Amino acid sequence: MIVFDRTVIRYPRARTAAVNEVSFAAPRGAVTAVVGPNGSGKSTLVRALLRLTPIAAGNIAIDGADLTHLDRRTVAQRVAVVAQRESLVFPLPVWEYVALGRHPHEGPWAAAPSRADSAIATALERAGIAELADRSTEELSGGEWQRVRIARALAQGGEAFVLDEPTTFLDIAHEMAMFELFARLAHDGMAVLLVSHQLNLVARFADTIVLLHRGRVAAAGTPADVIRASVLEDVYEWPLLITRDPAVGAPALLPLRNRGPRSPSQSP
Amino acid sequence: MRAALLWLGIALVVLALAIAAIAYGAVPLSAHAVIDAIGGRGDAVTVAIVRTLRLPRAVLALLVGAGLGMAGAALQGALRNALAEPYLLGVSGGAAVGAVAAVALGASGPLMLPLASFAGAALAIGVALGVARASGGRADPRVLLMAGVIVGAFANAAIMVMLSNAPPNAVRNALWWMMGSVADAGWVTVAWLAVYVALGGALLLWLAREIDILSLGEESAAALGVDAARSSRSIFLIAALLSAATVAAAGLVGFVGLVVPHLVRSVGVRRHRALIAGAALMGAGLVVAADLVARLARPPAELPLGAVTALLGVPFFLVQLRRLS
Repeated sequence: MIVFDRTVIRYPRARTAAVNEVSFAAPRGAVTAVVGPNGSGKSTLVRALLRLTPIAAGNIAIDGADLTHLDRRTVAQRVAVVAQRESLVFPLPVWEYVALGRHPHEGPWAAAPSRADSAIATALERAGIAELADRSTEELSGGEWQRVRIARALAQGGEAFVLDEPTTFLDIAHEMAMFELFARLAHDGMAVLLVSHQLNLVARFADTIVLLHRGRVAAAGTPADVIRASVLEDVYEWPLLITRDPAVGAPALLPLRNRGPRSPSQSP
Repeated sequence: MRAALLWLGIALVVLALAIAAIAYGAVPLSAHAVIDAIGGRGDAVTVAIVRTLRLPRAVLALLVGAGLGMAGAALQGALRNALAEPYLLGVSGGAAVGAVAAVALGASGPLMLPLASFAGAALAIGVALGVARASGGRADPRVLLMAGVIVGAFANAAIMVMLSNAPPNAVRNALWWMMGSVADAGWVTVAWLAVYVALGGALLLWLAREIDILSLGEESAAALGVDAARSSRSIFLIAALLSAATVAAAGLVGFVGLVVPHLVRSVGVRRHRALIAGAALMGAGLVVAADLVARLARPPAELPLGAVTALLGVPFFLVQLRRLS
């Protein structure tokens, strides 16, 4: 479980805190989603979790232990993070890239894992990219690369999984497959923490949604609590229509047109 | 199995180059005579020529190449920069300033000379990285390179200033440093350079898996439990130590650290442990070959070793630069 407790994060020379007294928990067995407009502090939370940005006040706890007191390796064994962006200067075969996920479990002189390592094969399988194993990373499409990165995190084999906008470059089918995978990981007992702009998917797949606005928690709770026009219109400063997903009954959201020659459509 | 055969083949080529380098000279020797003389057999003059002149020169060239190749492989991986290498980053220039300053102050012993070079090299890489960060980030490989070239130019100027009222002997010495040469090789120099290259190489091989991780970038390295800032700092310092030792022993030999890692990658090596080991071997072969070319090109004159490697390295650099953009 990852717990943010009144966490404050300030960038050097910034006037206001990027993250201000944010508290929420990402428990095991659940998908927790962090949403919010650009610049609301979502990715800063991930950077703080990676200890790339110091925590000014409050704390972040992993399974009850203060992050700053834990060894980086120990954290990496428990929490796998897929950062927002990553590019390779020197391309690798996909399976070797995925094998890097085993690094937190290796000693300094350990032989690098082989192609046949079961953790790597399982990770490739779960991410649905077994057929890409021998390709070079420079030959992958944007969507394939994203899935390869998720496979690397799966190879890490922790109990918590943090993803910063993991489906940005994916088409509908691959994006849905990814969200189904996140739901399955949560069902298998992992803590899944998802930073996303995909409010509609988050509404269907997340157990808890945390809405950030200017570094603070504007709303938190079940999708039904957070995906409400009265809450979201204030934060996103855009008119919205909330309907219902006919299949699973989750709230669904439709941003409205409020400019241009035609009046906004009122039916979904 | 195929890889093992390939590396055995490369090792044999390097060995053949080293024997050729020992065989060629004012008195040409056969490969057989070279091997006999190394073992102490044959006539006394040949044994003396080989053991006190040509063998140390060849071994020095092998060590310089190994050190520069490993430093280049480590810098390219840790900086995520296909153009990084000690000479272009100004690290070698900084080392030369340290070496010239040490000699000017009368400290040219096997301990003080490499350490003074190391101090200059470490300072140079720190300044180059700092300048790159202040002017648009280390993420753009070209910005870092410009910073390195500027540091190198400053180092050149500093050496000129130090030489402005130095005795002619010191000037000749310093010029030798700036052009690179293994001609004055002696066993003492070979011995201490071997220690530094072995030490630096072992440390880099130990950290090789972390270089694999660093080459993913800061955020992904952090996600895999590696403190990118701290880890890359150690790797820069070890690479600076390796380059400084080669500069103290043989002066500025540029572009070896650039060319060699790409050669090793071109035979399919990706992981840094194998890459660094392969760069040591191929770097050794490249510098021995370059020294042979330096002696063969216009006999009886010798071309500066640094000029030969630059003539090879500059076109290579341009090809890499083109690939980058």
